[in-house]
Amino acid sequence: MLETVSSMFSYDFMVRAIVVGILVSLCAALLGVSLVLKRYSMIGDGLSHVGFGALSIALAMNVAPLVVSIPVVVIAAFLLLRISENSKIKGDSAIAIISSSALAIGIIVTSLTTGMNLDINSYMFGSILAISESDVWLSVILTVIVLVLFVLFYNKIFAVTFDENFAKAVGTKTNIYNMLIAVLAAITIVVGMRMMGALLISSLIIFPSLTSMRVFKSFRSVVISSAIISVVCFIIGITVSFLYPVPAGPSIVITNLIAFLIFWLVGKIKR
Amino acid sequence: MPLIKCENLHLHYDKTPVVHNVSFEVEEGDFVSIVGENGTGKSTLVKGILGLIKNADGKVIFDGISKNEIGYLPQQTSVQKDFPASVYEVVMSAFQNKSFPFYKKSQKQLADENIKLLGIENIRKKSYMDLSGGQQQRVLLARALCATKKLLILDEPITGLDPVVTAEFYELISELHKEKGLTILMVSHDVKRAVESSDKILHMDKKVLFFGKTEDYIKTEYFNKMTGGNENA
Repeated sequence: MLETVSSMFSYDFMVRAIVVGILVSLCAALLGVSLVLKRYSMIGDGLSHVGFGALSIALAMNVAPLVVSIPVVVIAAFLLLRISENSKIKGDSAIAIISSSALAIGIIVTSLTTGMNLDINSYMFGSILAISESDVWLSVILTVIVLVLFVLFYNKIFAVTFDENFAKAVGTKTNIYNMLIAVLAAITIVVGMRMMGALLISSLIIFPSLTSMRVFKSFRSVVISSAIISVVCFIIGITVSFLYPVPAGPSIVITNLIAFLIFWLVGKIKR
Repeated sequence: MPLIKCENLHLHYDKTPVVHNVSFEVEEGDFVSIVGENGTGKSTLVKGILGLIKNADGKVIFDGISKNEIGYLPQQTSVQKDFPASVYEVVMSAFQNKSFPFYKKSQKQLADENIKLLGIENIRKKSYMDLSGGQQQRVLLARALCATKKLLILDEPITGLDPVVTAEFYELISELHKEKGLTILMVSHDVKRAVESSDKILHMDKKVLFFGKTEDYIKTEYFNKMTGGNENA
């Protein structure tokens, strides 16, 4: 056990992956509670695919990936939120169109430039090698900003998630807070995407809150427990991916699935 | 000057006109009930007054109260049915715009007072989604009371409350009106109870059919029709 830990930390890339991964897991879990409760889970999925498209283009143009993908995904977040708020357009199908198109663009761009190779595999399903030294600081700064904003606006985020009409009636600019949630989610997704993979990052947002809602019944307890669940699952998942030849993303998702099943069972027994 | 004054208010819902040329006033200390059949724009009118829906034409004037000092009790949304939130968290959200980033001690005390007033201190830590319809209504009322000192605007739910609970709820509102001197504007789906508790009635069917004192309203054909003509029998 101790040997595993010390050997994990003897690799620089592992230290980077663990630091960024824990921060991303925290952000994703916190924002996930609100996104899941607002029925916006699909937005997370859509954003990650747009992120994949942006990332491929950034690599094809040979520019820093985060610098290109963050603005693109933030704009997509605005767009997707507008679509899901507008009841006239079928929100979920519109998101599906955008996300599969972005995915297709990403794959075409990558195929034309570097060829369908291992890279695509690692974008789609994640790699613990993905986080380079130059990315670490930007990732850390971005995730810390997300965490600080979440804590500062916690009361408003709860209020807007629980009852938008009441919030508007007492003068809260609910659109701004919906945007805030979507933008923070966009940043989290872009930062976490390369480690978790474009296809799997949204599970980091959805799983922990769903898991904790099996057992916990107040907003605060759900938020705190999903943050803990998310970090614990990340650590277990990444350790497994270090010890066995499996990519980080899937092993973290499976850990989350197991946690979900355990909590679901506990929730059933408690009733 | 009236607390709320609606002047020729027109409201649209998805471009369909729902509320047509509504003018009326709520004076301080009034208990006004809005009645009418289902789908006649009662809830929409309330939303228009609160600014949740943009008015297509006309205006709403507040005097002696700012828009964010109104205690609003909205109808429940589908999101809330399985929403993990404790009673206390819901009540505290009344103060969302009054302190940043965290709630103040005085606000917590006020929340405790209102929780006590409505007799829900025993379920303070319970989850909102595990409560009965009547209890949920009391929680939302406690939140509304925390948000206002003067004016409650209530949108009574059509479904989910049994007659006993509905009666209790009307009694509670009457008490708040008499004892705390709150001005009340309430969408009501129960005309008989509305007539018992309020001083003024606004009967609408997209436009105002009647607005005036309750004692005058009960003499009208609208009241007769709404109560199935029982009064004549």
